[in-house]
Amino acid sequence: MKIVASLRKIAERIARTSSFRITLLAVLSAMVVGAFIIILSDIDKLQNGDIIGAIRTVGSAYWALVVGSFGSLRAISATINSATPLILCGLSVAVAFKAGLFNIGATGQMLAGGMAALWVGFAMDGPGYVQVPLAVLAGALGGAAYGAIPGILKARTGAHEVITTIMLNNMAGFMVLWLLKTNLYQRADRTDPISKLVTAPGHLPRLFGFLDNRPDLIAHAGFVVAILAVIVYWWFLNRSTTGFEFRAFGMNADAAQYAGMHTKRLTVMAMMFAGAFAGLAGSAEVLGTYGYASQNFAGNIGFDAIAIALLGRSSPVGTLFAALLFGALQAGGRQMQANTDVPIDLIVVLRALIVMFIAAPLLIKAIWRVKVAPSSTGQTFRGWGS
Amino acid sequence: MQLELRGITKRFPGVIANDNVNLTLKTGEVLCLIGENGAGKSTLMNVLYGMYKAEEGQILLDGSPVVFTSPADAIAAGIGMVHQHFMLVPVFTVAENVVLGVEPTGRFGSLDIDKAREMVREVSDRYNLNLDPDAIIEELPVGVQQRVEIVKVLLRDAKVVVFDEPTAVLTPKEIIEFFEIVKTLIAAGRGVVFITHKLKEALNVADRIAVLRRGQVVGEVDPKSATESQIAEMMVGRPVQLIVDKKPHAPGEVVLEVKDLSIVDADGRTMVDHVSFTVRAGEVVGIAGVQGNGQTELVDALTGLRHSTRGRVELDGQDITSASPRERHSKGIAHVPEDRQRQGLVGGLSVAENLVLTRYHDEEFSNGIVMDWPAAHRVAESLITEYDIRTPSADIEASTLSGGNQQKVIVARELSRPLRLSIAAQPTRGVDVGSIEYIHSRIIKERDTGTAVLIVSTELDEVMALSDRLLVMYRGKIVADLDPKATSAMDVGLYMAGSRPASAVNA
Repeated sequence: MKIVASLRKIAERIARTSSFRITLLAVLSAMVVGAFIIILSDIDKLQNGDIIGAIRTVGSAYWALVVGSFGSLRAISATINSATPLILCGLSVAVAFKAGLFNIGATGQMLAGGMAALWVGFAMDGPGYVQVPLAVLAGALGGAAYGAIPGILKARTGAHEVITTIMLNNMAGFMVLWLLKTNLYQRADRTDPISKLVTAPGHLPRLFGFLDNRPDLIAHAGFVVAILAVIVYWWFLNRSTTGFEFRAFGMNADAAQYAGMHTKRLTVMAMMFAGAFAGLAGSAEVLGTYGYASQNFAGNIGFDAIAIALLGRSSPVGTLFAALLFGALQAGGRQMQANTDVPIDLIVVLRALIVMFIAAPLLIKAIWRVKVAPSSTGQTFRGWGS
Repeated sequence: MQLELRGITKRFPGVIANDNVNLTLKTGEVLCLIGENGAGKSTLMNVLYGMYKAEEGQILLDGSPVVFTSPADAIAAGIGMVHQHFMLVPVFTVAENVVLGVEPTGRFGSLDIDKAREMVREVSDRYNLNLDPDAIIEELPVGVQQRVEIVKVLLRDAKVVVFDEPTAVLTPKEIIEFFEIVKTLIAAGRGVVFITHKLKEALNVADRIAVLRRGQVVGEVDPKSATESQIAEMMVGRPVQLIVDKKPHAPGEVVLEVKDLSIVDADGRTMVDHVSFTVRAGEVVGIAGVQGNGQTELVDALTGLRHSTRGRVELDGQDITSASPRERHSKGIAHVPEDRQRQGLVGGLSVAENLVLTRYHDEEFSNGIVMDWPAAHRVAESLITEYDIRTPSADIEASTLSGGNQQKVIVARELSRPLRLSIAAQPTRGVDVGSIEYIHSRIIKERDTGTAVLIVSTELDEVMALSDRLLVMYRGKIVADLDPKATSAMDVGLYMAGSRPASAVNA
């Protein structure tokens, strides 16, 4: 009985939190708009006046999304695999948001961390219980070091982190390209920029490795790292002294300074934490998903992470669920493209729509005729020159 | 014109901001709407101005009901509003600001700036506002900016002008000028609604005073026969002590010594100019002065938030000139900052978190890595009780508290530990009467335990009442060191304006 009562209490609290409702309605709104896009993209049926057929296409496309993301163990594994780096990079952007900083540099930090993890990955050859934690740690440190650069620049010179992190993304990309051509990293028999393979014990273990004959279940222990990172992030924000400083600094930098907090140190630390999370994402991709590094192993994850942190309002649980949603869309999108004629690009559109609706609570209010709190976009970053 | 608010009720989630309010406004008179912060004055006026929609009640214009769905409707009906925070474009000229939204246009829709200048000049002359249409807003003093707002309202042909806390940002001299303007408006047949929580001002200008408490009009009084304490009692709902009750002070050893301190700001302007003074234990030293004469910079330097260009600051004989805010804090310096929203509080954090904002790193609350939130909560709960902070719980966001209660949070946090020196800047700005009484009594209590107290305030009455010694700052210099008991407010006002009273010249 007690459990039921406390569960009901939690449900009530979630229902009362308008931000949760907004998010739900934003996703719903995006699906509705997405449905129209699907119908419009199926122009042949529309011209024939086959409305029923068009609606059926929408139905099967969305059904494929669900089946492709949660419909089977394989689908769940694919969702987890897509979500893992998104969770970690989402935390990267979120922790910076909390301290009032806008980290656009998750991509660069992910590359830096990934390359550090990769080096431990191919330079050592077991035992796994030493090599894997070491490689993951190297990834976090590599990302943190790379994140420290914009932090120090901001603290020392006031250079805005948006500019510097974008620049550092480019620099990281070219540095990876260069590293992949060096003897240290380049695979012996190759002329293109591709790295040596992570040694067998250095791989992140597969989550469903205990099941026989299921090599298609690609999810790996990076997901466990991501979940642990969410817990650490939650603890850090709510229980640690520095986390309290982050929150105060992020919400009111003047008050933080008044209260005697070392705001420059906090700026550097926030960017290092952000870098460490992104670096973990890099190591998860290199050590778990690929087993080696190519030029673009960070892909678009660092940028999707901005949307995820926004969607999750930079909260630990919010970011986790936002990343899982994006991961599910990614995994389901592939199934949708295979089953129906709807291109996977629809996923990009859906994500953009979700973010747009989140950013416009008044629009949601007007569409769904609900009452929402005016400030529901959560923690944002300070303006230029601050 | 006569405006009547009948049975206005406006609810917000969890509170009734206006509860069945009846009010009549007429042209040709000043109606003063007085009440504590959070009594519902601004909400009521926003209902009148079409910003909020009331759940119940109606607005009658000359006897016939009207509905305002936006400020545009209210403006069309002849209601003008001068907000507490001005709605001006700082880089535009006076004329450009005034015509914004109702621009006179020439052929092809180009802005006819000559016409705009003419319009400003005409209104300015008619009401004695003395405005230069070509002046840039950001270069003007606040009092003049307010007159620009008044011209804006008059040009839109307002019959009734609502002023929301108009004197909060003005200097004593500007306040007197403002009252003159109000009289001119009335003489010209317009009506004025004056929202305030200052009793003196209400008695000074009003023809009628309506007192609001907790969303209800608790009565109308005639300023000719009413007294300050009578109105204060109606506002608060209990008798209020308006005079600071304090024993003669017993100054001890020198605690704070400021020697030849100068501060030059980033633009190269000298904000504090060779300032020297001392504050002794068990003594309240007040610094009076018009806003912007270096007090802010002086306090920043004393609390470690700003570097001084030259000079020394000593606490108990120890040099603390370059100590960080945290070091000063740990040496027993408390700081109630002048701007509670910007510096004193983090609005998004809970009341409990704000109550430990400057102390969270103390052993009591943190081992350096992990916060002991239960301990912080225990302290917060006891401070909430001790300082009578009105909040539904310690866990709600500090930004939801009223101004007075926010200030009590800061005062509670800063004064609730052993102190050597307490620096309070504008300790009661925007705080209601009941809270002012309380904050003043805490400051005096702190003095009586032997703490050195430095009060910086632009409220002349406040510094006069609290201080045992009164310094006046003008253009970065300390121009007078006075005994507040032996000096008249008029004389202090003259020092604040940069001149010297005749008695001092003769002496």
